[in-house]
Amino acid sequence: MSAETMLAFETDCHIFSGCGFDAPGLHNFVFEPLFTIGGFEFNKPMLLALLSTVVVVWFFWAAFGRAKVVPGKLQMIGEAGYDFVRRGLVYDALGKKEGDKYVPFMVSLFFFVWIMNLWSIIPVAQFPVTGIIAFPAGLAALVYILWVFLTFKKHGFVGAFKNFTGYDKSLGWVLPLLMVIELLSNLIIRPFTHAVRLFANMFAGHLLIVMFTVASWYLLNGIGFAYAGASFLMTILMTAFELFIQAIQAYIFVLLACNYVQGALAEHH
Amino acid sequence: MNALNLAAEVPENPLIPPIPELVIGLIAFFIVFGFLAKKLLPNINKVLDERRAQIEGRIEDAEATQAEAQQVLADYRAQLADARHEAARLRQEAQEQGATLIAEMRAEGQRQREEIIAAGHAQIAADRKAAAQSLRQDVGKLATDLAGKLVGESLEDHARQSRTIDRFLDELEAKAESDATKAEAGR
Repeated sequence: MSAETMLAFETDCHIFSGCGFDAPGLHNFVFEPLFTIGGFEFNKPMLLALLSTVVVVWFFWAAFGRAKVVPGKLQMIGEAGYDFVRRGLVYDALGKKEGDKYVPFMVSLFFFVWIMNLWSIIPVAQFPVTGIIAFPAGLAALVYILWVFLTFKKHGFVGAFKNFTGYDKSLGWVLPLLMVIELLSNLIIRPFTHAVRLFANMFAGHLLIVMFTVASWYLLNGIGFAYAGASFLMTILMTAFELFIQAIQAYIFVLLACNYVQGALAEHH
Repeated sequence: MNALNLAAEVPENPLIPPIPELVIGLIAFFIVFGFLAKKLLPNINKVLDERRAQIEGRIEDAEATQAEAQQVLADYRAQLADARHEAARLRQEAQEQGATLIAEMRAEGQRQREEIIAAGHAQIAADRKAAAQSLRQDVGKLATDLAGKLVGESLEDHARQSRTIDRFLDELEAKAESDATKAEAGR
C-alpha cells in the first residue's frame, strides 16, 4: 500500500488556496478490496476483524495456555479481564449457577468486540471494525438467536409467546395494544438497537477523529495554523475519548446480551 | 479525486449489512469462541479451582496448627500448675521431715546424755566397789595384826583367821549398807 492510498484525503489541498474542504463522510467507511479471490473482495475491515481474532486468541493463549496456580504477569492480567466479564457481567445478571454456561460466549464477545473497536486508534489500522454494521449485526444476531432459543426452551411455545408480548391479564383493555408494542419491541426493534448502538457509536467516533485529523491538515495555511492547532488538540482529545468509548460500548454490548439471556431464563417476565 | 474517495459512487445505506463482512465477522468470532470455550477458559477454570482448593487447604492447615498450639499451651499450663503443686507438696514434706529429724536428734542426744550419765554412775560404783575391796583387805590385815598384838598370839591358822576376818567384815559391811540406806532415804 503506498502512502497515497493510505490517506483518505488530498494531501496538497489547504485553506485559502482555492481548494474546498473535502468533508469526511460515508465514503470513509467504504474500502477498495485489498485483493479479490473469485469475486470475493477482501477489504481492510475484514483483515482487521481477522486480526482481532488473532490478537484475542494470541493473548489468551499466552495468558492461559499454560496456566499456573501461581500466575505470571500475563496470566494475572488475563485473569483480571476474565473475572471482570465473568463476575462483573455474567454472574451479576444470571447468577453463578445459571451463568456459568454462558461465560465463554460472553467473554469471547467482550474481548472480540473491544479489540475490533480498539483498531480505531491504533496507528495504520485506524478504523473501528464495528463501524461497519455487518460486524455488530452478526454478533447481535447471535445473541438474538440465543435469546429466542432459550426463551422457547425454557417456557415452551405459549410461555415464550407470553414472554415476548409481556402478557399480563391485569392490564385489561390495554393488553392487546401492549402486546403488539412489546412483540415489536422485543422481536424486531431490540436486536436492531443492540447492533446499531455499537455501530453508531463507533461510526460517529471514527467520523469525529477523521474530521479533526483532516481539518488539522487542511487548515495548515496562513492564519489557519491557529485553527489547525485547535483542531489537532481536538484530534488528541477525541482519540483519548474514543479509547474510553470503545471499552464502554463493548461492555454495554455484552451487558445487554447478558440481560437478554437473563430475561429468557427468568420465571416471570 | 483520491482513489479511496468513493463519494462519486452512490454510498450504500450504512445500516444494510454487506454479506461478505457479515460472514467474515461471524467466522472471526467463532474462531475466538472456539479457542476460548474449548481450551483456554477450561484451562484457567481448572487452575482457579486448584488455587481455591489450595488456599482452602492452607486455611485448614493453619486452623489445625492453631488448635494444636492452643492444646499444647493448655497442656503446658496444666503441667506448670501440677509442677507448682508438686513443689509446694515437696516443700511441705521437707519441712515436716526436718522437724521430725530435729526431734529425733534431740531425743538421741537426750538418750546419749543419759547413757553417759549412767556409765559415769556405773564407773563410780565400780570404783567404789574396788576401793571397798581394797579397803577390806587392808582393814582385815590391820585388824589381824592388831588382834594378834592384843591377844598375844599370832593367828597363824589361816582358816580361823580368814573366818574371823570375814565375820568382822560382814558386820562392817552390813553396818555400812544400813548407813547408806539411811543416807539414801534421807536424801
